[in-house]
Amino acid sequence: MTAHPVTTTTGLVMVGVTLTHGDGDSVVTALDDVSLTVEPGELLAVVGPSGAGKSSLLAVAGGLTRPDSGQVRVGAADLVAASRRQLAAIRRTEIGFVFQSGNLVPALTAVDQLRLPLQFGKVADPRDPMELLEEVGMAERAKRRPHQLSGGERQRVGIARALMTRPRLLLVDEPTAALDRARSQEVVALLAREAHQHGVATVMVTHDHDVLHHCDRVLEMMDGQLLPHTA
Amino acid sequence: MFLALRELSFARGRFALMGSVVALIGVLMVLLSGLSVGLVNDGVSGLQKLPVSSFAFERDVDTSAAFTRSVVDVDTAQTWAAADGVAEAGPFGLTLVNTRTDGGLDLDLALFGVERDSWLAPQVATGTALADEGQIVLPGTLRDEGVAVGDVVTIDQVGTELEVVGFIDGQHTFGHVDVGYVDLRTWQEVRAGVRPGENVPEHAYQEVSAIAVLAADGASPDLAAVDAEAGTTSLTLTQSFGASPGFTAETSTLQLIQVFLYAISALVVGAFFTVVTIQRKHEIAVLRAMGASTRYLLRDSLTQSAILLVVSTAIGVGIGLLLGASISGTDMPFALEASPIVGASALLVVLGMVGAASAVTRITRVDPLTALGGNR
Ligand SMILES: Nc1ncnc2c1ncn2[C@@H]1O[C@H](COP(=O)(O)OP(=O)(O)OP(=O)(O)O)[C@@H](O)[C@H]1O
Ligand SMILES: [Mg+2]
Repeated sequence: MTAHPVTTTTGLVMVGVTLTHGDGDSVVTALDDVSLTVEPGELLAVVGPSGAGKSSLLAVAGGLTRPDSGQVRVGAADLVAASRRQLAAIRRTEIGFVFQSGNLVPALTAVDQLRLPLQFGKVADPRDPMELLEEVGMAERAKRRPHQLSGGERQRVGIARALMTRPRLLLVDEPTAALDRARSQEVVALLAREAHQHGVATVMVTHDHDVLHHCDRVLEMMDGQLLPHTA
Repeated sequence: MFLALRELSFARGRFALMGSVVALIGVLMVLLSGLSVGLVNDGVSGLQKLPVSSFAFERDVDTSAAFTRSVVDVDTAQTWAAADGVAEAGPFGLTLVNTRTDGGLDLDLALFGVERDSWLAPQVATGTALADEGQIVLPGTLRDEGVAVGDVVTIDQVGTELEVVGFIDGQHTFGHVDVGYVDLRTWQEVRAGVRPGENVPEHAYQEVSAIAVLAADGASPDLAAVDAEAGTTSLTLTQSFGASPGFTAETSTLQLIQVFLYAISALVVGAFFTVVTIQRKHEIAVLRAMGASTRYLLRDSLTQSAILLVVSTAIGVGIGLLLGASISGTDMPFALEASPIVGASALLVVLGMVGAASAVTRITRVDPLTALGGNR
């Protein structure tokens, strides 16, 4: 009854992806035949115990690691077939990363953090840095550097920076690890709002079960396999 | 440039520290360069200013004391004058003497004997040219010390009296003493140790120290071939500086210090940028994960090094020139010349860039994957 969107307009598609680490006796299977589709505008949360393969999932989806087998597509871009240089270009234009504690550049003010992704190469239709800062509630802090911001503020700037190039896919690694309860709720609510408003397919890895109600879908990672979440 | 400039201003304390090291090396470079040029002026400017391209000495002469040891027959000059690519060749005498002026001034002189009407004759700026035996032309620096035309200079060893007839412009030295030009025959008598009134042995007028040679415009005569024919050993003008007392020791010491300074500067800059790059490792991983190309990151870092090196070298050279200008007026052998200073600054920047480049290539080995996970 509901029309499925055609594949090419999809955010992230992974089919039968397997990733192993190490060689010989000690082979660790980080991703075991993982298949996953994330639609534009969807916020997916991935939970699971330490070592289950959550970061590996983000690394493969973000073109930082090439899987041993399987397909990975972000929009029209094929991450398995792309060269290292093409991967960098795809990350630059199609993918946004939000790291654990923002990982901002110490020398840059908040507004310059947002201008930074536009320096690496031509961007078709970039967001306006001040407007985006306003959107994440950081307009008053535009001239501050990371060491003058709180953890939650840094995370907001990090999210805004990842959205500057209007990416198709947003990959978020434990965004609330360094935040208190209230701040965590705000940051994940912001992620949900941005995903919905701008149609960004968003994958968020988290250990924080209190923020899952903001998410459209929750999956659980267990020994390299993606399973439906059992609360 | 975006990151490079912002990081320079954000970590300005750290970069200023590095910059001042480079600037201090720049100051030292200028002072050493001034000292080198000054020592050359003080040591061999008399040779340097001769219109000569090479000297032909006695065969197999000790090249570190060629002018004072060598004895060459005057007629050898004809063989040299006839050689291909030689414009001029003439007898040249050099001997060191102690003298006293009638004004009571003690003067150590390097006596240059030349044929008084020849191409080697000194270009007199005040007074008159050498017109006869028994006359002497001195450098302008001695006029500034009070020696005047008409003064009589007496050579201690033989008692020969020479009348000062003129002065050539500027400083003219050999072995850190002033040059005095005399007519070749006068020189030959002094050299033979003949006192006034004594008989001159016949062979004295056959002997000179060397044959001075001037190559024709654009030509470079085959010195070895003509040497074989004339029975001489040639040194180019620059090589002949080594025959001036102390010249080789002084210049090679200074050169060694300069080489060490360049090496130190390259290594210090390399070490600094290695530390900076290692500290930025996580940041670089994040930038690469965001899609920054290796080329962008290298270009940005190298621009930063270039700005730091050029600015700090310029400041150092500027301070060096100010200091140098205040030394220039004193008795120290010191002279500022543009081309060695420009060369030294360029070398300082280039070697600094080599050091920086070898450090920032670490960027290419940073794996963007390390951006994921903990905040390290
Ligand atoms: N570079 C590597 N070399 C070898 N093994 C690795 C490497 N990276 C990850 N692994 C292994 O792969 C498995 C999955 O790791 P991953 O980092 O994806 O786990 P995670 O779910 O993100 O864990 P955490 O919650 O602790 O961050 C682990 O067993 C880990 O030890
Ligand atoms: Mg992880």
